[in-house]
Amino acid sequence: MATSRTEETVPTAKVLNNYPTTSGGTVATAVPVGAVYAEGSPLDWGASLVDGAVVLDERVAPNAPWSAVVAKGHVLTIVDVGGNQSADCIIYDAHDPQERYSVPDTLAWQGNAYVRTGTVLRSNEGRPLMTVVANEIDRQDTIGGACGKESNTLRYGHHVMFHHGCRENFLAEAARRGLGVRDLVSNLNWFMNVPVEADGSLGIVDGMSAPGRRVAVRAETDVLVLVSNCPQMNNPCNDFNPTPLRMIVVDPGRPAGAGEATSQSTPEDVA
Amino acid sequence: MTKTEGPTAATPHGRHPTANPLQPTGVRDLHLTDSVRSARDDARAQGGQAGEWMPYLPASTTPHCPPGVDPADLVWAETVAPGGYTHKVLARGSRLRFDDPTGDACAHLLLFNALEPVERLNVADTQKIPWQAYLGVNHPLLSGDGRVMAVVPGDSSGRHDAFCGTTTDAWNERKYGDARPEGPSPSGRGLFVKAAAKHGLSRRDLPPGVSFFQGVRVEADGALTWRGSAGPGTHVELVAEMPLLVLVANVAHPLDPRSAYVVGPLRVHAWRGLATGPGEERFSATPELHRAYLNTVDYCEARGL
Repeated sequence: MATSRTEETVPTAKVLNNYPTTSGGTVATAVPVGAVYAEGSPLDWGASLVDGAVVLDERVAPNAPWSAVVAKGHVLTIVDVGGNQSADCIIYDAHDPQERYSVPDTLAWQGNAYVRTGTVLRSNEGRPLMTVVANEIDRQDTIGGACGKESNTLRYGHHVMFHHGCRENFLAEAARRGLGVRDLVSNLNWFMNVPVEADGSLGIVDGMSAPGRRVAVRAETDVLVLVSNCPQMNNPCNDFNPTPLRMIVVDPGRPAGAGEATSQSTPEDVA
Repeated sequence: MTKTEGPTAATPHGRHPTANPLQPTGVRDLHLTDSVRSARDDARAQGGQAGEWMPYLPASTTPHCPPGVDPADLVWAETVAPGGYTHKVLARGSRLRFDDPTGDACAHLLLFNALEPVERLNVADTQKIPWQAYLGVNHPLLSGDGRVMAVVPGDSSGRHDAFCGTTTDAWNERKYGDARPEGPSPSGRGLFVKAAAKHGLSRRDLPPGVSFFQGVRVEADGALTWRGSAGPGTHVELVAEMPLLVLVANVAHPLDPRSAYVVGPLRVHAWRGLATGPGEERFSATPELHRAYLNTVDYCEARGL
């Protein structure tokens, strides 16, 4: 498509804003970084849904990826700190990542399209990877997939191609674990709402979660959990206000306080 | 119950001359193979026969040419056995048609970009981008890279599924007691593993897929309900919008309520054609499909396709 351009106009890069850095300062930048939550947004950092010694307790900044190995029997609580923040998630067998989460196996085994308490998250070999042991919203999604630069062009237009997406988060975090694009499959979206209507219409609609709502999943084998704190700003999967997540892993076999790991939290959050 | 026995062995020389008349006739008795020459003659005499399920070469010789198609245009013609699988690399623009002559076929499908197989069918995007969970006419099969890999231009069945994927060994062992790919109730995944391996791909490369001819619907509470087949004699067509590696497994659907492993033969035909172009209604049928086509055309033109 032809764009009109005045001959004498020389484009100059403009510094758009000051942006917080992971080092704790700020940087003046021309990079169109994804949005983070508005000042004053209510945040509820919550606590583990299940009792036990804390093995890991980390905070995931808006827009960022995260991963951790969760040992068999341990329980991961994901806290939707700001409410209606989609946590896109893929699970791998930690010892054989070619065995990984499978949407169709999870759905076919339970005979239902939604994820709720009791849902066994199954692998592409039909085996249990994790089980939802507690859940504070009506239903969790595993149909809606992940956003990405390319799929965003289909949904919203090519002008959003530069936006960061979950697929990019997955690729970056997977690379740190020796995994790659061949290892990305359809995923879970904790705290995202994707109803399927009678005529087959489906889509991402306003969420049913709220600040501090949680879901807890127990590892049925040693698993690698890959999460993208969804940066999407074109649909309601994070209420157009990307907020942090808190990830807490506990060992229910040991009492709270027993030999707990020190918090490995990343800097608070980047608002 | 479907037939499980394959084509019977040939009897090129009649009954083996040394067969024991007190023993029942077995395959052994039908072949004279006691020297290289006799073994060669025996093997060669087996050629040229027709089986119930087989590829037809050249494709123009198919006994089941789809109506309106010039047999000379066919590039793939095959009947896939119950519990069988097949695979093919198809040029951009190819038309692919599945026929279910008995009403019991179930065509489980995986698609890959034949040039870069890391680009592959993405079922989540295939349901989310069109805002529609059920496959039907003009429904695109999308990759995870924002491109339309194939589209459904024709469908006389309307009973398909993009929720349940295919069966695993664990599923079939639980349901039927056996999932071996060489056994009586193979899993779809077990067959896909073999088909993929023939193109250098492994189980790591197998994403969730879709299936045709056995329908599933989602109830208000999320329950997946079985609708089964639309009956014998239906078909579904696809247009390959980019060079495709196509993997097909013809196995019982995971939610098939029958305790027996029931699956009928699947007919597959493909013929030469042109990819969907900007002048066609389908190209811009929806804003999402339009941009998916723009992305695919952009990719293909840059690659000189």
